[in-house]
Amino acid sequence: MATIADLITVSSYPFTTPEIAGPSRQQIPLLRGATIVPIFPRAFRDSRSVSPARGSMQLYLPIADLPVNVFLVLAMGAAVGFVSGMFGIGGGFLMTPLLIFIGITPAVAVASVTSHIAASSFSGALSYWRRRAIDPALASVLLCGGVTGTALGVWTFTQLRALGQLDLMIALSYVVLLGTVGSLMFSEGLRALMRTRRGALPPRRTHNWIHGLPLKMRFKRSKIYLSVIPVVIVGIMIGFIGAIMGIGGGFILVPIMIYLLRVPTSTVIGTSMVLTLVTMLFATMLHAVTNHLVDAVLALILMVGGVTGAQFGVRAGQKIRGEQLRLLLGLLILSVGVRFAIELVIRPEDLFTIRELGAS
Amino acid sequence: MMRAALALLLVLLLGSVARAERLIVSVSNHRVTVTPNYSGEELVLFGSVEKDATTPADRTAYDLVVTVMGPRADMVTRRKERTFGIWINTDYRQFLQVPSYLALFANRPFDAITSPEIARRQQIGLNNVLLMQRVGGDYADVVPNDAFRSAFIRLRTQRGLYREDPSAVTFLTPTLFRTGIPLPAEVPIGTYEVEIKLFANGAFIGKTETAFEIVKVGFEQFVATTARQNGLIYGLVTAAMALMTGWMASIVFRKD
Repeated sequence: MATIADLITVSSYPFTTPEIAGPSRQQIPLLRGATIVPIFPRAFRDSRSVSPARGSMQLYLPIADLPVNVFLVLAMGAAVGFVSGMFGIGGGFLMTPLLIFIGITPAVAVASVTSHIAASSFSGALSYWRRRAIDPALASVLLCGGVTGTALGVWTFTQLRALGQLDLMIALSYVVLLGTVGSLMFSEGLRALMRTRRGALPPRRTHNWIHGLPLKMRFKRSKIYLSVIPVVIVGIMIGFIGAIMGIGGGFILVPIMIYLLRVPTSTVIGTSMVLTLVTMLFATMLHAVTNHLVDAVLALILMVGGVTGAQFGVRAGQKIRGEQLRLLLGLLILSVGVRFAIELVIRPEDLFTIRELGAS
Repeated sequence: MMRAALALLLVLLLGSVARAERLIVSVSNHRVTVTPNYSGEELVLFGSVEKDATTPADRTAYDLVVTVMGPRADMVTRRKERTFGIWINTDYRQFLQVPSYLALFANRPFDAITSPEIARRQQIGLNNVLLMQRVGGDYADVVPNDAFRSAFIRLRTQRGLYREDPSAVTFLTPTLFRTGIPLPAEVPIGTYEVEIKLFANGAFIGKTETAFEIVKVGFEQFVATTARQNGLIYGLVTAAMALMTGWMASIVFRKD
């Protein structure tokens, strides 16, 4: 069994870009005993430099409008795929920040990652479908909300972009959302871990106010009897933040479905993947039609790396206990949130930025 | 009055013709193609100063300033300020129709070539190039040490898109010269104008112009055009690609 310390080195790689490591390559203490050490080789970090090394696999991204190292992007896709396979999530909340860190504009990163998540959730959803671990009725109700939320999200995205505050909103959303979800998940994981140490039983699940709402419907495969109102609202919420932040939202959706809607664990991941798949496909379409920001070349490299990495991640995930997995995932989510918070709070190295409004 | 003015103009014209050395220049490649594995390249500009019979005999040492200007675009420079504890874009300045690529090369330092007055008039050096801004309701260039202007030049220089090098032009013979024009990997697409200005003893004595273009070719150009012109089809193809990749992965890695 892998220890937590071993895993942190694996999962902390997105924070090793120069921005956080700083020019002095300092080690940044994250948690007692755990430190983040810059591990990216120089050649990777300089992928954006003016005269990249000849012979390295440079590829020009048509929409992002910059050359990148193919192996760097493939490796990023594989690494995020590994993490997503391990935790059973889409990994968008890692992929989008990573792309931003290597110099792709937040707008293009968000738009392109949506298609990458669609690919990974489709391959996941297919295998869950074969195992009959998807609840079609629950998925359809979620989708009603999801599609609406996505449309709202893309519209908001376009408005914010015109105001010049899109980057700020993306960063703020990451801080608030990942900070909250990460802390909750981390503390919950810690408590669960303590309980197992003490040998105590998990607290009994009781019904909550949500189960008193009207418009109840029977979801056969999940064996639950539940109002459609909270389901649709959850769908709208996930679709909305997914389109703005470039995330599938699985890491929020799964806990909500388990703790709030009391969906059994047998169908929760498969069903959430269906929602992710459809909302992300829809978001890809809308981003392509309205903002023309989806970089298909970038997306394809990410997809190939992602689906491959996910296979190894799944195997690694099976070797770790559930509580530890949750603890780790919480830590990972929290760190991405903190990473964005640091960026917002510390004085930027350069106060000025340039944005081209396009040739006229 | 009118006649006097015309006469003066004629004298000036004749005078400049009589004093004119001819500049003959060419760039090594008039059409640079950006392919998927493009990672920057360097063009070479070469040329010669042709004297004619009217050239004063004592004129031997020439100075050259080469200005390369990429396609023009509107840009916005934003400044972050601390608001409620976080750094937010607050103030901004709009730069109107400024070159997306700008390079100034000479054979020796700009201030050694000519006087500050002529340098300003001929836009010699990044500090003297006209960068039009919208300041409130006005359109103007500002002093070189203005915070937004200097930040703009500094950021463009960091990306290799603006540069000045007062030793890039080399004279192979007293009249034959060459200079390299480095084009970074993220070079803007479009038509580039090259202006070659000739100086002698601090005086501006003539200029010539040439141009080259940078075009995107092949697959990526196709992708970029499709994305902009046929967003719906592009989105459908991307979505289909995502489904194909996901499906193939589930086939390839299927365990049962």
